[in-house]
Amino acid sequence: MSQESIALRAAGISKNFGPVHALRGVEVELRSGEVTALMGENGAGKSTLLKILNGDYRPDGGSLEIDGRPVEFSDPSDARRAGLRVIAQEPEIIAAVSVAENIFVGDLGGVGFNRRALIERTRTELRRWGFDRALRADALGSDLSPAQRQLVEIMRAVVSRPRIICFDEPTSSLGDEEVALLFSLIRQLQDDGVAVAYVSHRMAEIFQLADRITVLRDGAFVGTKRVSETDHDDLVRMMVGRDLEKFFHRDRAALGETVLELIGVGNEHVTDVDLTVRAGEVVGVAGLVGAGRSELMKTIAGDYPATAGRIVVSGEVRSIRQPSDSIRAGIGFAPEERKAEALLLQRSVRDNAALVVLKSLARWIFVRGRAERALAQEYIQRLRIRTPSSEQLVGNLSGGNQQKVVLARWLATKPRLLLLDEPTRGIDVGAKSEIYAIIDELAHQGVAVIVVSSELPEILGVSDRIYVMADGRIAGELDREDATEERILALAMNDISA
Amino acid sequence: MSTAPLAPARADAPETHTVSPAKRFVATVGVQNISLIIAIALVVAVIGIQNPLFFTIANLRVIGTAVAIVGLLAVVQTIVIILGALDISVGSIAGLTSVTSAMLFTATSSALVGVVGAVAIGVVCGLVNGCIIVFGRVNPVIATLATLAAFKGVAQLISDGRAQGYTGADPFFVFLARGAVLGVPTLIWVLVIVAVVAHLVLRYTTIGRNIYAVGGNNIAARLAGININRYIIGVYMVTGAVAAIAGVLITARTGSGQPISGSEGLELQAITAAALGGAALKGGKGAIAGTILAVILLGVLTNGMTLLGVNTFWQNVAQGTLLVIAVVIQQLRSGERRIGIPG
Repeated sequence: MSQESIALRAAGISKNFGPVHALRGVEVELRSGEVTALMGENGAGKSTLLKILNGDYRPDGGSLEIDGRPVEFSDPSDARRAGLRVIAQEPEIIAAVSVAENIFVGDLGGVGFNRRALIERTRTELRRWGFDRALRADALGSDLSPAQRQLVEIMRAVVSRPRIICFDEPTSSLGDEEVALLFSLIRQLQDDGVAVAYVSHRMAEIFQLADRITVLRDGAFVGTKRVSETDHDDLVRMMVGRDLEKFFHRDRAALGETVLELIGVGNEHVTDVDLTVRAGEVVGVAGLVGAGRSELMKTIAGDYPATAGRIVVSGEVRSIRQPSDSIRAGIGFAPEERKAEALLLQRSVRDNAALVVLKSLARWIFVRGRAERALAQEYIQRLRIRTPSSEQLVGNLSGGNQQKVVLARWLATKPRLLLLDEPTRGIDVGAKSEIYAIIDELAHQGVAVIVVSSELPEILGVSDRIYVMADGRIAGELDREDATEERILALAMNDISA
Repeated sequence: MSTAPLAPARADAPETHTVSPAKRFVATVGVQNISLIIAIALVVAVIGIQNPLFFTIANLRVIGTAVAIVGLLAVVQTIVIILGALDISVGSIAGLTSVTSAMLFTATSSALVGVVGAVAIGVVCGLVNGCIIVFGRVNPVIATLATLAAFKGVAQLISDGRAQGYTGADPFFVFLARGAVLGVPTLIWVLVIVAVVAHLVLRYTTIGRNIYAVGGNNIAARLAGININRYIIGVYMVTGAVAAIAGVLITARTGSGQPISGSEGLELQAITAAALGGAALKGGKGAIAGTILAVILLGVLTNGMTLLGVNTFWQNVAQGTLLVIAVVIQQLRSGERRIGIPG
């Protein structure tokens, strides 16, 4: 690899804020025409590094080189002059002026600038980068949706034809069409020889876009790998720094009596299901989309009544025709789509947490406010739900914390069986680990847990036993020691030769 | 279970921030309520300056009467809206029960029978609404649109389309229409009692909480073990009962049972007031306090326009405009992406 193609090299970068070492000895190389992804948990130092590249911060140690020449940025305009642009996560859009003026802000040419020429130039740029369907040059800043604001922010950087562009979580406010536009813009940048840095925690995007991945952890540089040399598990190990076993927090708990037994259970969604779960056990349910996993959970939870077979809870045959029957049997159910099926987004954490156990917190029909607040506080602490208060609207919390609120709601019922359908979907790596810890702790407390997941590493990491479903039936059962991704997939695709 | 933390510690700790007293005041009272109070003050000021007759006791009593009747329907409409539904038959129920209360009174010379009978009819109307929605699986708007016509038809049938009976001589009805307790008209007291009960139920009881849950996310409510059907039928029955109380008040006010004219257009006013007061039409959000303020605003506005000699047709335009404004504000505040046909 020739030296010339390295557009930016950061070596031994460190930055302290008082006693806090935000960055220590960080090495990053950005090559022309390549996309380098920057990954790490929240707090790993990615934002700090970008601020240094942008010229907002000055490093306490280390060096920066652009095209082989050492540089020092005392402020963002220095970085800009050097041909480096960072695209912020939170776009700053001026509400009162047009998209064109927003894009070319700082470059308007003084009093009496030619507005029509500006609009034309903006339109040309929008067409060049393929954003002309998504953005109108004359639209007002205040009329823009969050996705459009992000696109304007991207345009701002791109029109100055920088040599190096850094994207900071650009897809967080973008829908699918806008993400596609962004990806084609990045490919165009690559073709033009621009060096691209891409900060994101979305693995799928990283594997689609990046050539190399640099991982940071706790402010330190962990390593850089070519995308072809690494995979999801490897990256998680680098980001999290612990053995995957520790990441999944699983060590076997002592098993108790059988909490749930399904014998020949069937309805319009599932057929002839036999399944058992014991107290202290974490049982995984794997399978392809459409295999009937969520439907099975909903059958146990009473959303779809079973029309055949028996459901036995702790030795007793139960008739479960509606959710309240299931709840009364000591079963809690966190559905797949937490926003659409579980959360009251306009209500507080307290309201959401207390929803199922409201009667037990009330004297006759009057809810005892103090008892309710105490319950909310208890679970905010135990599950480490990050919220300014129990009164915060659940819609304002991050995905991980929203999921914890759903867990709190069901844990408050002191269930003997917990059904979790995709409990870590759409949640960042750190929060996932916390949820695995919660699941493990529950198992140690004697709760039986069933986890449905589409992420094979997750199912393998978390479960003691795994049932694989296909076409609404149980295709097979695997003990943790015998389970591998291949065996699970084979069963899921109904391949009996495996 | 132990009370030790289940989740491992992470480096970032939650923030606490202090809030200024002014901000806390605004947060407790609510931005929407404050806007309504300001609007009321403005309207009162503008009209009062133009026509000081606005402030006479007689005029205030007129406002109070209108507010009481619309208010009853608006309060109960708020509950239906929070549940995630709508009841556009409330006006027709009020008309039907106005007629039945008068007819029962005429038949038995007992105001009590008239009132109890009316409320019973109201509850039955509500039950019909609820059953059509739950068992017929009909959209609430369509269902109550149908019953709006049906109940109105029944009212006209049993009364031959004419005002019924004469209640002007009965002490109870007179007390309702013109009486006062502690200087406040009885009508207003009826509204106050109903509004306070509604507020307490919504805010402090399990029933109220469950109503918010059903409206906010009915799938989540169902999975949480709430019997959605029971709540739907129950809320509509209560709505029918309160609409019947409004019907009785209409009878008292006009001195006879009114099949149509006493209650014409009341459902529109009730829904406008509820929406202006902050009840989100998609459900799960709303409060009695806001509705009451909105009812007062509508009341002074209508009265003011009459005093200023504004053509009643313009008043209708104004009312429709207010409803559109109220709903548009809701949409903007909810910040949802608008794709295709709304709702």
